[in-house]
Amino acid sequence: MSIFINKKSKVVVQGITGRDGSFHAEQMKAYGTNVVAGVTPGKAGSKVAGIPVFNSVAEAVKETKANTSVIYVPPAFAVDAIYEAVGAGIKTVVCITEGVPANDMMKVYPIVKEAGARLIGPNCPGLISVDQSKVGIMPGNIVKKGGVGVVSRSGTLTYEAIWALTCAGMGQTTCIGIGGDQVIGTNFIDCLEAFEADKATKAIVMIGEIGGSDEEDAAKFIKKNVTKPVVSFIAGQAAPPGKRMGHAGAIISGGSGTAEDKIKALKKAGVPVAGSPTELPILLNELIAKRKEADKTKKAKAGAKTKTAAKKKTASKKK
Amino acid sequence: MKIHEYQAKEIFADAGIPVPPGDIAMTPVEAFEIAERLNKPVMVKAQVHVGGRGKAGGVKYAESPEAAKVLATNILGMDIKGLEVKKVLVTSAEDIISESYVGIILDRATKRPVIMVSPAGGVDIEEVAAKTPEKIFKLAVDPVVGLRPYQARNLAFKLYRDITQVRTATDIIMKLYDIFWKVDSSLIEINPLITNAAAEVVAIDAKLNVDDNALFRLKNIEKMRDIDAEVPAEVEAREADLSYVKLDGYIGCMVNGAGLAMATMDLVKRYGGDPANFLDIGGSSNPQKVVTALKIITSDPNVRAILINIFGGITRCDDVANGIVEAFKEFKPDIPVVVRLTGTNAAEAAKILQSINLPSEETLDDVVKKAIELAEAE
Repeated sequence: MSIFINKKSKVVVQGITGRDGSFHAEQMKAYGTNVVAGVTPGKAGSKVAGIPVFNSVAEAVKETKANTSVIYVPPAFAVDAIYEAVGAGIKTVVCITEGVPANDMMKVYPIVKEAGARLIGPNCPGLISVDQSKVGIMPGNIVKKGGVGVVSRSGTLTYEAIWALTCAGMGQTTCIGIGGDQVIGTNFIDCLEAFEADKATKAIVMIGEIGGSDEEDAAKFIKKNVTKPVVSFIAGQAAPPGKRMGHAGAIISGGSGTAEDKIKALKKAGVPVAGSPTELPILLNELIAKRKEADKTKKAKAGAKTKTAAKKKTASKKK
Repeated sequence: MKIHEYQAKEIFADAGIPVPPGDIAMTPVEAFEIAERLNKPVMVKAQVHVGGRGKAGGVKYAESPEAAKVLATNILGMDIKGLEVKKVLVTSAEDIISESYVGIILDRATKRPVIMVSPAGGVDIEEVAAKTPEKIFKLAVDPVVGLRPYQARNLAFKLYRDITQVRTATDIIMKLYDIFWKVDSSLIEINPLITNAAAEVVAIDAKLNVDDNALFRLKNIEKMRDIDAEVPAEVEAREADLSYVKLDGYIGCMVNGAGLAMATMDLVKRYGGDPANFLDIGGSSNPQKVVTALKIITSDPNVRAILINIFGGITRCDDVANGIVEAFKEFKPDIPVVVRLTGTNAAEAAKILQSINLPSEETLDDVVKKAIELAEAE
């Protein structure tokens, strides 16, 4: 089981004949993803790594019933690619492109929502549902099947965390990068909600960074709605205010969006925060063990109560 | 990308938003000439990309052209929060009767532009938000529908009672909203928007930030970039397509990926060191990029050791190692370098680095500790 993508996802690659599109189309196919089509206007009829290319997403959907798309298209054209995918009925759109103007994203987001579709990204590595499907550029050789759901705003930092989990024997259900921009299609809460509902996901790792208030909102959501154990890492404690740290969304502005605030909010919600990404598996194991103990104590107390109640009943009966 | 007050005012003026007349002076004589031309008292205002110019003494009133020349002499060359003042805006002074705040900001939570107005203008809006939040009025605008005039008018009524002033303010808000989309802004502020003795509504300050991601389609705005106002190494990095931010420490960092780069900096601090920079070298193993990155990092005399941290997923570690070897042939830093390559073909990579006696570590924690150790020994 997984979130957002699985074995049934039929993927169309927008921008398939470009350098990134062609390379990653082949990588996704090699992982076992069901890549059914590619789109590059003007290249219909050709093939990339055995994948048929069409002139438009609508044509690709008509011929192959594609339901998921991944966008490897330069920033000037990426938003148009999102509109096109959604207009053609694609329900899950993953936009890898970095450099999409934020104001374009503000305009396309309500359109995606209205169409009942899910946009992941932009400026993201995509996602992998382990042993089922990979949509994006995440390396398939670092993941391992298991019960941990991983959600992150980063790329290689996510891989670092996933690798630490894999090495510790803690496999994953789905690993998703939601992207480093200010306006993104899927936020932490969307993923937490999905992980909470996914039977195969038993625990969650959340990796955030400076900028915005997504982590703070997620902390509130976790306290109210997430029963599974969650641990976190927040990057950027050493970042200066007012400077964009690589990601368009990684900026402390007007005093808000600091790593300190996010860490505080998460701890307040009962989410342990690691001091480094490599600490995450240890922290998660500790949390799981702690919750097991707490559970045991709870059950023991409840059992004692029942016994006492039963004794009282017997005693009163005797009377 | 930030632009100066005078540039933002040009954009406002083009759109028909009332701003006081003025011009840029780079010498005291120029300031004199502008004041003379305007033929009334002026404000001499430092043009630098930081807030708090007034508090730092960079915004002064000049009764006469002679006074303007004297003030310009003081203000030009002044250091305000680490930036040198190279230009001043000489603009006619207004009699300020009231000060308000009008701004539009990209709100990440609602994914909408949010218009904020406050009758408490002329001070830091964050201060108002902290102390008297009831004085701030916000409207999140539906980007699909746009801003309706009645909405702008309702906001204007929060600032003024006089219907003429309300109409002017409404017009200003509508125009600001247009500008926000037209120049791909992430933040526009008029603070303060004033009423003067003639009851006119005038924007006497202007701030406008443009989305870097949109510069490719805003060539005229990109020309407004003030390279003099930026850190030279950061300019060089941008031109080489590297993401770089200069910091104050002594451990140079080169990492692939912004999140991992931030986490590496955090870890340096955690182990008692101090990062000299943030640098995201991206996913390529290209030796030229490595050379450029090394040169930029070592252009900072504070750097005593360099830490290279690469997680190779699809990027292969042995490719990166070969890239480093090639780069060292062209440019070898004379300070210690320590590398950590993890992921695809990491073992092969370690062998390649060994062949040029470049120390490498396996774990993130170890490479950070090693870098600090080597730096302290320098």
